[in-house]
Amino acid sequence: MGLQAIAFYVLAVVTVASAFGVTTARNPVHSVLFLILTFFTAAGLFVLLGAEFLAMLLVVVYVGAVAVLFLFVVMMLDVDFASLRAGFARYLPIGGAVAVFLLIEMILVSGAVAERGAAAHVKPLSGENISNTEAIGRVLYTDYLYDFQIAGLVLLVAMIGAIVLTLKHRPGIKRQTVADQTGRSVRGGLQVVQVKVGEGIAE
Amino acid sequence: MTGLSEVSLGHYLAVAAVLFTIGVFGIFANRRNVIVILMSVELILLAVNINLVAFSAFLHQVAGQIFAMIVLTVAAAEAAVGLAILVTFFRNRGDISVDDAAQMKG
Repeated sequence: MGLQAIAFYVLAVVTVASAFGVTTARNPVHSVLFLILTFFTAAGLFVLLGAEFLAMLLVVVYVGAVAVLFLFVVMMLDVDFASLRAGFARYLPIGGAVAVFLLIEMILVSGAVAERGAAAHVKPLSGENISNTEAIGRVLYTDYLYDFQIAGLVLLVAMIGAIVLTLKHRPGIKRQTVADQTGRSVRGGLQVVQVKVGEGIAE
Repeated sequence: MTGLSEVSLGHYLAVAAVLFTIGVFGIFANRRNVIVILMSVELILLAVNINLVAFSAFLHQVAGQIFAMIVLTVAAAEAAVGLAILVTFFRNRGDISVDDAAQMKG
């Protein structure tokens, strides 16, 4: 068994086991930590496939942003997570049945695709003369420019949506009003007072 | 049929299928906990990404990796908006039980 095969099996087993941990962990914080492990091992699988750029992207975006966001929300919300697990045993049989059928179907289909599809018996490319990042960069900004721009737009809309949803105007807090600041003139803000000698200014 | 010693496309597709199935199972089993449901959706999208990258590698086409990047973008946006809705829901109701989520109807 080659080194690549050993790495694949180790990564695959850890990925599947930690994904199972995400769904079955009692504590949601443990779920998030299992999710991070899943993403790390999936990034390892990507490296095995020769997609180094996407692997690093997975670590940076998922582990660095999404998983930490999940962790923040889980720790910020003061929720009784034990009560949320009340229906776990009740939904377990139907969930398990659906999962088993889905798995059988998908393994059959993917087995057929892998055996007889366009990619059957093709080895992944190794030892290219250009790196994976360079190959992506060559097509991302030329052939897939519009897709790239739309992806940016999706992120912009999501950002605005998240801010609008969570922004709360609390009464009793002084807020900056830019219009008032820029509309301020000398006449309203400055007052010339004639002060008599020895008296000073009283209100 | 390639042997066990050689990692073929089918191996990667099988891992992705198992991951997808675990995601669907998680949505079923944790029906009341929105946070775990969102994490299960992330798992499903990760399974899709593994499929795309595996096909991209075995078909010698870099397009699949571009698609995977776009799926990654959508997954990040979905997580951000989903968690924002969750925080707002928690602020209004004091808990995050999905059973009462129908009251969000306008």
